[in-house]
Amino acid sequence: MIWDWDYALAVLPKLLDALIVTVQAALAGFAIALVLGLMIALARRSGKLWLSIPVGAIAEFIRSTPLLVQLYFLFFVMPGFGVQTTPFITGVIGLGLHYATYTAEVYRAGLDAVPRGQWEAAWALDFSPLHTFRSIILPQALPPIVPVLGNYLIAIFKDTPLLSAITVLEMMQVAKIEGSETFQYLEPLTIVGLLFLIVSLISAVLIGRLENHLGALRRI
Amino acid sequence: MFLPIEFYGNLLQGALITIQITAMAGLLAAICALVAGLARMSPWRVVRGIAVTYIEFFRGTSALVQLFWLFYALPLFGLSLSPMTVAVIGLGLHIGAYGAEVVRSAVLAIPRGQHEAALALNMPPALAMRRVILPQAVVAMLPPFNNLMIELLKATALVSLITITDLTFQGQLLNTATLKTAPIFLAVLVFYFLIALGITSVFRTLERRLSVGRLKGMAR
Amino acid sequence: MSNPSPVRHQTQPDLDMPQAAPSGAKPMIRFKGICKSFGSLVVLDDLDLDIAPAEKVALIGPSGSGKSTLLRVLMTLERPDKGVIEIDGAPLWHMPKNGNLVPADARHLREMRKNVGMVFQQFNLFPHMTVLRNVTEAPVHVLGMDKEEADARARDLLDMVGLRDKVNHYPAQLSGGQQQRVAIARALAMRPRVMLFDEVTSALDPETVGEVLNVIRDLAHEHNLTMLMVTHQMGFAREFADRVCFFYQGRILEQGPPDRLFNHPQNERTQAFLRAVLES
Repeated sequence: MIWDWDYALAVLPKLLDALIVTVQAALAGFAIALVLGLMIALARRSGKLWLSIPVGAIAEFIRSTPLLVQLYFLFFVMPGFGVQTTPFITGVIGLGLHYATYTAEVYRAGLDAVPRGQWEAAWALDFSPLHTFRSIILPQALPPIVPVLGNYLIAIFKDTPLLSAITVLEMMQVAKIEGSETFQYLEPLTIVGLLFLIVSLISAVLIGRLENHLGALRRI
Repeated sequence: MFLPIEFYGNLLQGALITIQITAMAGLLAAICALVAGLARMSPWRVVRGIAVTYIEFFRGTSALVQLFWLFYALPLFGLSLSPMTVAVIGLGLHIGAYGAEVVRSAVLAIPRGQHEAALALNMPPALAMRRVILPQAVVAMLPPFNNLMIELLKATALVSLITITDLTFQGQLLNTATLKTAPIFLAVLVFYFLIALGITSVFRTLERRLSVGRLKGMAR
Repeated sequence: MSNPSPVRHQTQPDLDMPQAAPSGAKPMIRFKGICKSFGSLVVLDDLDLDIAPAEKVALIGPSGSGKSTLLRVLMTLERPDKGVIEIDGAPLWHMPKNGNLVPADARHLREMRKNVGMVFQQFNLFPHMTVLRNVTEAPVHVLGMDKEEADARARDLLDMVGLRDKVNHYPAQLSGGQQQRVAIARALAMRPRVMLFDEVTSALDPETVGEVLNVIRDLAHEHNLTMLMVTHQMGFAREFADRVCFFYQGRILEQGPPDRLFNHPQNERTQAFLRAVLES
């Protein structure tokens, strides 16, 4: 048997500690993606060409290029512009920026699904555009897209190992350090894989429940 | 801000490796997607179970974890693959798991009447699938497959972490050698973006070719 | 949905109706005690029906009365819950094994399906194939027919339905009536002995109904085919059919030659149905 249980049990606590860093990075990145994504979506459908075209092009560019290279870019270039941060914050910004271009598409689909008549009815009642958007449109656009956004949280979570490339001590980095010290990569890498699988599957089940729940709410 | 011309040769070399891996892993992914997607709908429970396990496993864990596992842990089982093989197999299986769901939903979207017409003409299930259902489903698969190929292209950046001198790796080498960080990584990103545009234009052409006759409307 | 009630209707008293099928002749198709339910909805309720070779039968009745389902169990698109169907004396959904009837396997069903062809309400042409390939696809790949032979036969059949000049068109380029005529040619290309028509004019624009009915009329005159047709076109049923069956809640309430059934319906439900249809 190649598998070393003693060693596996010895590295497990360290990996679980690193799992917390991983989850923190995923949640923080997701928070940025949620806010920035909405801003991108609004800029793209603003109707002002000087805003919608460049924002659309930049979003398209970010979405079509690798997160890893974007992370390097931020990691090496930001200090050059005098921005001093930790690798963790750089990683979170990278994740958030990259996935904002995905959530923007989700918001766009959600907003497009709200019937035009809702805007017209609000205008007829003399609501201000901001009030219309916040109280009439968003409450209708958001519930259907919540599960889709949830899936992107899982996607971000699964991309956090990339932060190891910019020295963030998340699970992958810890596993690699452990492995390189003992030359036993099998146990830490397998445990990391299993932890990812467990967290992803549990999250997928939770999102499925949420989807059913929201579906049930809408049917009432 | 712009990268001196003499560095473009290195990036081009890396880009060729990136394109090569994308093409080979893309081919493997398409095969895995088709096999697993169809197996997922098999009448035999065992076949379905194997397909679901494959799909959930590769979607539930991270691409980088899969690559590292194949690269560092697999040799312990006496199976040493070249980095290039690890890259193609790892990324192909990873993207194939997502593709399987694309295949499945495209096949399920074919109207019931097509299955019934095939049965009424006494076609055995395999023949009906091959000649009636799949040719129609493929057209619906192309746009999501286009997105998946771009995801694959982006994921190939990870192979730089298992010693392959792809586009990202060349960028890092140049970065270490010259410290012209911003122009180098910007150029790398532009290269990826151009490859992505190339992939999209290939898929657009395929879509046009395959939908001949079908989208001409109801000309009478 | 006219009446989704799962409750069985009252059994009608014996009306002592003579069968239109020639007595003594071996039936081409025999339905014996066919039952079919979808959940709690009874669609076919212990139904018996014999159809003679080359007989043309029109099935009429309110929607949900089981007419289409009868065609679909004969085409093996639905499996009956109970009962036996025979085609030319051989059981369709069963096969003999060691002296017993056991559920049919895929090979038996494929063998039996050779006898039957079907035309659907929604045409169901293959949109990715030209008209010609729609018609040659099954003869070549199911019957193993030589490609040139299949092509020649397909052209003849398309000629017969008046679409010789459309062989290289795609279905999306044709009108509904033209598509439905291709569908008829496609089904005929398999040389079935029994043809099923399931509301084939219901999805058509009114101006193209006639061209499809003309094709079916010619088919009824020229061919020695057994034909079953579910239709709402009473005028055509009267002219086309040897026998008309009125379906109600999964049973045949009344049947007979068109003249008698349309002019002197015995059952009050038949009378009410015909009154409603003819008024509209």
